[in-house]
Amino acid sequence: MIIAKQKELAEILQMLEGKQRIFLTGCSQCATTCKFGGEEEVARMAAALKDAGKEITGTVILDPSCISLKVKKDLRRAPGLQEAEAILVLACGDGCQTVAGNTRLPVYPANDTLFIGEVERVGRFKEVCRACGSCELGWTGGICPVTRCAKGLLNGPCGGSRDGKCEVDPELDCAWILIYEALKERGELDKLRQVRLPRDHRKARRLAIN
Amino acid sequence: MGLREALASGKVVVTAEVAPPKGTDLTAFRESLPYLRGRVDAVNVTDFQSAVVRASSLTLCRLLLEEGLDPVLQITGRDRNRIAIQGELLGAAILGIRNVLAITGDHTEIGDHPGAKPVFDLDAVTILQAAQRLNQGRDLAGNPLRGATDFTLGATVTPCYEPLELQVLKMESKIAAGATFFQTQAVYEVEAMRRFREATAHLGDVKVLVGIIPLKSAGMARFMNKNVPGIRVPEELLERMAAAPDPVAAGVKAAGELMAALLAEGLCDGFHLMTLGREDLVPEILAAAGLA
Ligand code: SF4
Ligand code: SF4
Repeated sequence: MIIAKQKELAEILQMLEGKQRIFLTGCSQCATTCKFGGEEEVARMAAALKDAGKEITGTVILDPSCISLKVKKDLRRAPGLQEAEAILVLACGDGCQTVAGNTRLPVYPANDTLFIGEVERVGRFKEVCRACGSCELGWTGGICPVTRCAKGLLNGPCGGSRDGKCEVDPELDCAWILIYEALKERGELDKLRQVRLPRDHRKARRLAIN
Repeated sequence: MGLREALASGKVVVTAEVAPPKGTDLTAFRESLPYLRGRVDAVNVTDFQSAVVRASSLTLCRLLLEEGLDPVLQITGRDRNRIAIQGELLGAAILGIRNVLAITGDHTEIGDHPGAKPVFDLDAVTILQAAQRLNQGRDLAGNPLRGATDFTLGATVTPCYEPLELQVLKMESKIAAGATFFQTQAVYEVEAMRRFREATAHLGDVKVLVGIIPLKSAGMARFMNKNVPGIRVPEELLERMAAAPDPVAAGVKAAGELMAALLAEGLCDGFHLMTLGREDLVPEILAAAGLA
């Protein structure tokens, strides 16, 4: 799931300065589940913008906002879009770019996109994957060191953990202690005996695949 | 005799540590030299320690050489990618530096430029790997070098780490990647080293220099217990410091006693003295340990 959070209204209004007639798009998937761009949030945003003196020409919940062909089709027949001067997108950064790629209108993001994460419970998300292009989970007890170790270390922990917590944020568990415990439990500590080579960062830079 | 020869000789090896200035003023650095020269086998120079901007380690290492001291270049993975690290190491070799201590590095967020981009392209283990390759005349990508390096490679280890087994696994990786000596996080108890040596008995002939940070006050001990990972000052030492009329002298004495006890039990090959700006204490600490 992509996790995002809404920008402050002040920042949104600043982006929309000089644009009066606004069209809003949401998204039926992550944005709906995680409440940063479902029906409810779009309606709330419409009301807030009206309060700020804007005119809302229409809204649509794209299903989803990240499939280009579908977005193109849904935007073509969206009522109110013709009258708009700008589109405000309540989706992730991908959803926002997909909309931008299918319209000539200026497009603005309502959200800051944070990470690929797991929904631990309602309103609480945990970053778990950086889409690094070369998955290491097979030898780490199913815990991602690239994402969940603050330094992305592959050769064991730094010296900074205290009471099992990370030196960067005492709220976060040290990923390496979790990995150690998971491997120990599975009888797989030998996996930590192999020196891991530096990562190939080209793998994280694939801009497109077929 | 430099660090390499000292390590090979079987004598008690002593290293000290200095931090480059935050700025260009070398007064404190120069004032520390008479306390170190002729007393220690090598001097580490920290690499933007605690992720704080300072002069570079390489610069002070070269100055130490000119002063007749054998420098240990500390290098972390936080600020440079693999290209810059290897280049820095080649530069160090050209300048005559023979010892490298590889460290992963504190995170940028705990330093004085918390918004800086953390690099960590290499970690302590892969820095060692890179340096080992340079020693063999090749870079990390396998390209041949015109002129190889000849570094003695070291790394750090934290004897009071929990879980210790994980720390030992990492130490094994560091040895596999070329580390021949270890400088430990500061230790305050003989028992901690007993446990550590037992857990590392299978590791063969690597040299372990026990980290010594002399306490300056009970407050400092409490602060470290609370904030510094891997440091544990026992309660009785804390009380001793609190009761001492001259806490700095008491800290020196306690450090000396610990060192003598560790040597008596054969628990280490030497010491790494981290005096945190009080390099003038080095002669007294060595005397208190019976090493002067
Ligand atoms: S190793 Fe890479 S792909 Fe696998 S979970 Fe971590 S970031 Fe994602
Ligand atoms: S404390 Fe643990 S999670 Fe944090 S940077 Fe160090 S190894 Fe990574």
